[in-house]
Amino acid sequence: MALYSEKVMDHFLNPRNVGVIEDANGIGEVGNAKCGDIMKMYLKIEDDIIQDVKFETFGCGSAIASSSMATELIKGKPVAQARELTNKAVAEALDGLPDYKMHCSVLAEEAIHSALEDYEKRKNNS
Amino acid sequence: MIYADNAATTKMSPAAIHTMLSVLEQNYGNPSSLYRFGQHAKEILENARQQIASLINAEPREITFTSGGSEADNQAILSAAELGKKNGKKHIISSAFEHHAVLHTLQKLEKDGFEVTLLDVHENGLILPEEVEKAIREDTCLVTVMYANNEIGTIQPIAEIGAICRQHKVLFHTDAVQAVGHLPVDVRAQNIDMLSASAHKFHGPKGVGFLYVKKGIHLTNLIEGGAQERGKRAGTENVPGIAAMATALKESVDSIDKNTAYLTHQRDRLISGLKKIPHSALNGDENHRLPSNVNFCFEGIEGEALLLLLDQKGIMASSGSACTSGALDPSHVLLAIGRVHDVAHGSLRLSIGEDITDNDVDEIIRSVKEVVEYLRGFSPIWRDLVSGKKQFIL
Repeated sequence: MALYSEKVMDHFLNPRNVGVIEDANGIGEVGNAKCGDIMKMYLKIEDDIIQDVKFETFGCGSAIASSSMATELIKGKPVAQARELTNKAVAEALDGLPDYKMHCSVLAEEAIHSALEDYEKRKNNS
Repeated sequence: MIYADNAATTKMSPAAIHTMLSVLEQNYGNPSSLYRFGQHAKEILENARQQIASLINAEPREITFTSGGSEADNQAILSAAELGKKNGKKHIISSAFEHHAVLHTLQKLEKDGFEVTLLDVHENGLILPEEVEKAIREDTCLVTVMYANNEIGTIQPIAEIGAICRQHKVLFHTDAVQAVGHLPVDVRAQNIDMLSASAHKFHGPKGVGFLYVKKGIHLTNLIEGGAQERGKRAGTENVPGIAAMATALKESVDSIDKNTAYLTHQRDRLISGLKKIPHSALNGDENHRLPSNVNFCFEGIEGEALLLLLDQKGIMASSGSACTSGALDPSHVLLAIGRVHDVAHGSLRLSIGEDITDNDVDEIIRSVKEVVEYLRGFSPIWRDLVSGKKQFIL
């Protein structure tokens, strides 16, 4: 019996949208090293559309796969739609996560939301 | 494929498999039966007991067969506690990095009014005999300290601790699950009152082990029923498993010097190769460790991801990361030697077997380097460390 679904393994072994966006206009970081998971999301938003998204993750296989899947789910989408992203959607898109790994999908949702908040803040300040 | 998780379990030796199969096929009798099939099985059982006893310098009647190391640990500790309680002694000394079979049994006893002192294992993962002596009180009934740690492989000064216990008339138990078959064991010379062992850690089958108990020490039953094992462990004996365990132990003990020399050589090659990875650290004393054990922390990465990627490269190992077990905290062993959570999550344990080759070692070093570098490449912690935003710990 495999620990993870094929989808999880695929996104873990070939993570999409890995890296940094130098001129990102929304950045969010959640988690902490003590718990063994940190996710950082970089967004490039133009005309309220997520033109580009990249991530960096310190964490286990499912944390990396959840980050990767979350970026895929919001890339090219309007900000309003990205705001609706839930951890459940991330886990479902990965064909499920083991129970004790569900917090990885929660972290991915939080990382996206945190980056979107940062974007709003910057927009309001400018 | 490179199997480097021999501390988890070992491959059965062909000789042990042969013994097991022949007993399964030809000697299926119940040792408690009086007819010839039963008596043949009984003979196999008692020969195994005698063989195992002689390999650790014990007497056959001092060996009780169990389902494995955990049962042996449980029975040893609960028996000592029962004896202590009768004499009004309810203090036990152990260490912070024992196996959970020991720690959880002690926690159970704490609920029953026992007081437990867990000795410091220090940065190098070694217990100091003088600290054992200092911790002994009037009401101490047991000292239980493992022979070799299962995660970081550090070898404890068992004989010295045993001598101190004997001097103070306190029972001494050692969880020797990682040591038996790999390190010399002489229960007389090492002043051991009780010792736990598990067959599948020395190329025997799973589901069988033994408890050595010095004669005169009364055992408390965990399992009630028939009169097997001198009435101390009910249930029809696992004759094929026990016979195979004896074969495996004989083989392991006979080749201990050769294996130690070879494994130490390969272990040290691994250690010197992995040390070259920047911001990494060996866990546990470099010299006082099992010849098979290598345990490292790599800063900026998480252990489960490391294991999965190594598995992709055909290398099977283990980690003390919380994520591998579903727990919130990383390994209690790594925390006990003072590793902080941040780096304890990025640990790797390699426990090599006698069949490892020079090429395997080179392959492991190359692969670990590659995977650590890859994971650091998109780790936000690593970015903060490299950019100076955070201080390196290792």
